Order: sequence, then C-alpha cells, then structure tokens
Amino acid sequence: MQKAKAIELEIAVVDGVELNGTWNRMFEPRVISEYDLSVLEEITNIPGAESLGYCYQCGKCTAVCPVDSVGDYSPRKIFRRTQLGISLLDSPDLWLCTTCRNCLRVCPKEVNMIDIMPAVREQAVLEGKAPAELLTAFENTARYGNPIGESARKRADWTKTAGVPVPVMSQKKAPVDVLWFVECYPAYHPRGKEASAALARILAALGVDFGILGTEEKCAGDSQRMAGERGLFEMLAEHNIKMLSKYRFNEIVVTDPHAYNPFLHEYPKLGGEWPVRHYTQFLAEKLAGVNFVKGIKKRITFHDPCYLGRHNGEYEAPRSLLRALPDVELVEMGHCRETSYCCGGGGGGMWLDGFTRDYASERLSERRVKEAVEYGAEILAVSCPYEVPRFEDAVKSTGHDGQIQVMDIVELMAYCMGLNEGLAIS
Amino acid sequence: MRVAVLLKAVPDLVEELVLDEESGSLQYDEMSYVPSEWDDQALEEALILKEESGAQVTAIAVSTGDVDTMLFTALAKGADHVVKITGDFDASMSNWQQARVLSDYVREQDFDMVLSGVQAIDDVDGQIPGLVAGFLNWPHASVVTEVRMGGNSKILLRQEYSGGLVAEIEVESPVVIGVQAARKPPRYASVAKVRQVAKSVAIEEVSAGAPAGPAFADIQFVRPVAAGRAEMIEGDVDAVADRIVQILADHNLLRRA
Repeated sequence: MQKAKAIELEIAVVDGVELNGTWNRMFEPRVISEYDLSVLEEITNIPGAESLGYCYQCGKCTAVCPVDSVGDYSPRKIFRRTQLGISLLDSPDLWLCTTCRNCLRVCPKEVNMIDIMPAVREQAVLEGKAPAELLTAFENTARYGNPIGESARKRADWTKTAGVPVPVMSQKKAPVDVLWFVECYPAYHPRGKEASAALARILAALGVDFGILGTEEKCAGDSQRMAGERGLFEMLAEHNIKMLSKYRFNEIVVTDPHAYNPFLHEYPKLGGEWPVRHYTQFLAEKLAGVNFVKGIKKRITFHDPCYLGRHNGEYEAPRSLLRALPDVELVEMGHCRETSYCCGGGGGGMWLDGFTRDYASERLSERRVKEAVEYGAEILAVSCPYEVPRFEDAVKSTGHDGQIQVMDIVELMAYCMGLNEGLAIS
Repeated sequence: MRVAVLLKAVPDLVEELVLDEESGSLQYDEMSYVPSEWDDQALEEALILKEESGAQVTAIAVSTGDVDTMLFTALAKGADHVVKITGDFDASMSNWQQARVLSDYVREQDFDMVLSGVQAIDDVDGQIPGLVAGFLNWPHASVVTEVRMGGNSKILLRQEYSGGLVAEIEVESPVVIGVQAARKPPRYASVAKVRQVAKSVAIEEVSAGAPAGPAFADIQFVRPVAAGRAEMIEGDVDAVADRIVQILADHNLLRRA
C-alpha cells in the first residue's frame, strides 16, 4: 500500500550521505516517562501489539478514524488511555475498531491496529472478557462453519434459485478453471443469495468453467481472526485448505473481500497457496466479452470495501465494471478509494452491533448512507457481502427508504446483461 | 469436594430432524448432535463452585456418538478430569439407559455431588438427574439455579418455584442436582485452547455393558400438522390498523370508553 506520509527512519541515506536521526530523538527523559507505564507495557508485551507503544500522539489517526466520527475512539486515544492506566483488555475501546486500516495509512509511526487488535482481543477472549454476542458468532462458526448459525447442510441451497447449474466439486468429479469460494453471507443471507444467483448467471453466460465447494466449504474465518479467535481461524483455514486440495482448478475467485484477504496473506502461511481474485477483478478482465442489453439511468456511487481497497489496493476493478454499465452516471463520494469510509462490519463489527450501539452516536453504515444521499446517489453499489444488509438497514433507519437502493455490483451487472429480470430498480 | 457433571449430546435443531415417514422412526445416524444447553449450565455452575470452594470437577459423558469435543471443551473451560463411558451404545440410547450407565460409574467413585442439566430437548420431563438419584439412592434437588458451599460441609441450593418464588435449601452430600441455570452465562472456550487440550490431555475411557431394564417402545414419530396459519395483514397503515381493531373486537378484547 502506498503510504500517505513518509515514515520516520532511524538512519536515512540522502544523496549518498548517511543522516543519523538519533540526535533528533530523546535527549533526556520526558514527562511521558514519569507515568506508571505498567499497564501500557502489559499490552505492548502481547506479541503483535508492540507497535501501540510507538505512538507519539500526533493525532493523524483521529482525523481519519471512522469510529471517532461517531464516537470517542481512535488509536491515539487508545494509546493515551492505556498510558494513563486504563487497560485495553477491560475497555470497550477494544471492540470498537473495525480494522478498516485508515489509521495505518496515515500513521508516521506504523502503529498497526491490524496487528494490535487481533492480538489483544485474543488475550481478552482467553480471559473471558469478550462481548457475548461476539462469542455467539464464534460458537456458531465453530459449530456450523458460518457465523450466522445456519445449517451447515444448507450451505449450497441457494444454488436452487440461481436458474443456472452451479456445479458442486464433489459431484462434478472433474477439474474446473475457476473454483468459486462463495462464503457465508452470499450462501445464507437472503440478499446475499440474490447476489450469488446473479453472479452464477453471469459466470454461466460468459461460459466460465466453474465449481463451488458447496457443503465442503466453511467460513474463511478472517473476521473471526481479526476479532480475536485465531484458533478458530486456523481450524477453518485447515479445513478449507484440505477441501480445496482435493480438487483441481486454475484459480480461486471469491465473492467476499474478507475471504480475498486471507487467501492472499494468511492461507499461504498454512500451506494453502492458490492464485486468487475478487470477483470484480475476475469480471473486469472479461468485460470485453460481455453483452449488455439494457442500461440503468441512475446516479450510482460506490463504497470501497476496506478489505478490497485499503487492505489490498484494489480500487479500479469495481469502478471499471460500474463504468461499463450502459447509461450509468458514476459519482464519487468525498470519502472514496484510499480515504473510503467503513461500513462497520469488518474486524468482527458485523457481530457487535448491539455492543457498539452504546458507544456510538450512529452506526458507521448510517453515516455512510447519509453521505451517499448527500452526493445525490440513487443507488449505492457495493462489492462486499457484509454491506448490502448493513447499508439496507441503514437506509431504513436513517429514513431514506425509497430514496436510495443498495445493490451488489453483480446484481446491477446481471440486470444490464438481461440476466436479472427480478431486480426492481425503482 | 468432588463434583461430577453429566454431559450429553442432543439432536441439533438447527439441522432438520431426519424422520422416516413410512416407518415413523427417527434416523438417529443421519442427524447432527450438539451438547445439551442445560448440561452446559450445570458445567458452568460446577466451575463457579470450583473457583469459589476449590471443588474438583469431573465431566462425564456416555459415548452415544462423538462426545470427545464436548469433553475437551469441558477441560478447556476448567474441568479437572473427563470420563467417557464406552460400550455398545449409539445415539438412540434412551435416557433411562444412560442414567443407569452413569449411575453405575458414579457409584464406584467417590463423588460428593452430581450436577446435570435439569432437562434436555430430548427429555423434557427431566429424566437424567432424577433417575440417577434414584439408582444411587441419593437425595435429589431439581430446577436449581445456584449451588454453594455452606458451613459444616453443607451445600446451599437455590431452587426456582412457580410464581417467581425462590427457595434456599440446605442439603448434605452426596446429592444429585438438576441445574436449570448457572449464576453466570456459560463461559467460552477458545478453539485454540480446546485444540491444545485435545493434543495434551487424554480422556479417561471406562467401558460398560449394555444396561438391562425397561425401555420405551417408540410407536411412531410424526411431524406436527399445522392446524392453522398466521394471517399476514396487508395494506397501508390505516387498513392494517382497522384490521387489528376488527380482530380484537371479534375476540371481545376491546374495551370501549
């Protein structure tokens, strides 16, 4: 990821001249050292959480933290409170971070909440300090392979509504080009299933040779990892890697940025290394062969998913799909691309809405929907399965029902390809 | 104080119950099983007791299927010891038979207290604790929501009665207790901890013969037949309100000023 600001270096070499930064550092103990730092050290001693101690309180993170805009929370504040003796392990702050990565983008000191949060949360889970609703999601995932608590046996039931054959690898018994890793919300959530059906029809229309794992698939587990259940993540990853290893395919295409991220960065560490693309990347490359038969005369804006954009640098693919749709007017919101806002679902936030309510003036998704409305968007397009339910709820709770619709990009694309007659664009 | 906690697996209602419509029998092999939630409450209360009074907690399950994960989870939560009673058993094993096998084991050990879920979804009349107490000829308290150590090695229980009444009773060991709810929600055992326990601690296996005795004869399992359906009230706010008023009036539930 491109850093927005230079990183502080101990030694820099400029035009062949070595510049030592030591002189610019601390000459003598500053006031900071007069605190009892034992609570801070308790946190920074947790492997993964060391960088919390690097904070020098410049406050850049506070300016960009989506949670701070609806509450009183930012990495700087976390550091300060911990320094003053409030343990992060016992603080509600620990569960408010959505791991959106916006703070790390601007932090000159590389205070890395993406490492700090899962590490400290893991400790809190072990000490029995995690919110009950999060533990329910963990237990569901361990038992059923999905955080929603739906039947594991019904994971492929959505395919019945696709209208095209969706081959399941265990029955197909032949190699495929594309292994489509569907994930939980696209397999179980009513709106997720509609998007999955649309994607299945697009793949069929494009003649893609694909298959899914069906009931052999379990949650990719990345959000559970970020929420502090690394053991659960490893169990799920081992299972998925074992299942995927049974079959032959050329690449994995994922519906969910929260699956894209671990397939890129975490599964290879556990022995599961395959080429992986998000569906927007896969489809963007196939655009030349797409036959659009109708347009959408609407003003559309796009919400960058944190785990596709900031985490993994993909901003263009979803936009190229939206720009290709006939008649569409694509508008950007103020918070877009690298500076995109967060839907609030990442890092376990998807399962903490009840908890978060007490510490936020509104949901992040509500804030985002208001921004989309402000920019005159009639459709808020998304490409992460957490977002359709989150934003649709937010549209209703902010009183914008009937004013703006929330659609997955595949739903819009299938509509323009004449493959989604059921989609009611009002 | 040595405490035994009886755990069992029950059919998972998130998955469908598999019923052979023709023979009217449940297909036990084809169903999924989960730990009974009342047993989870019993385990939690035992672990609280351990934290308060240093009790030694042993979790026991009859091997009617895969009960290992349930027992490893109990260890990860803080149980000191786990026992699996093996034999020619399967998921169709009746509660009477399970209670017989469990009580045979408990009798041979030196337990002061047996905790079990007061009931289970396959046993809504609360068979296990009552039967175990009967077989052991021990006193039994049911619908208990708190277990504490009192003075003079007495055990203090809170018991729920109807109408919101709560009784505090004092019992002597040994005793069998059917737990309705623990004082706190059951704790969470992280997957890493369960897996670590599974690698490092062994389950004690004790074999048992098939218990002789009376058994239920299942006549027939049938799916419930819908007697009526809910009415979905359609229309705008006024139409919906009118319809609700009409329904209330039809049932004579409106009081007019």
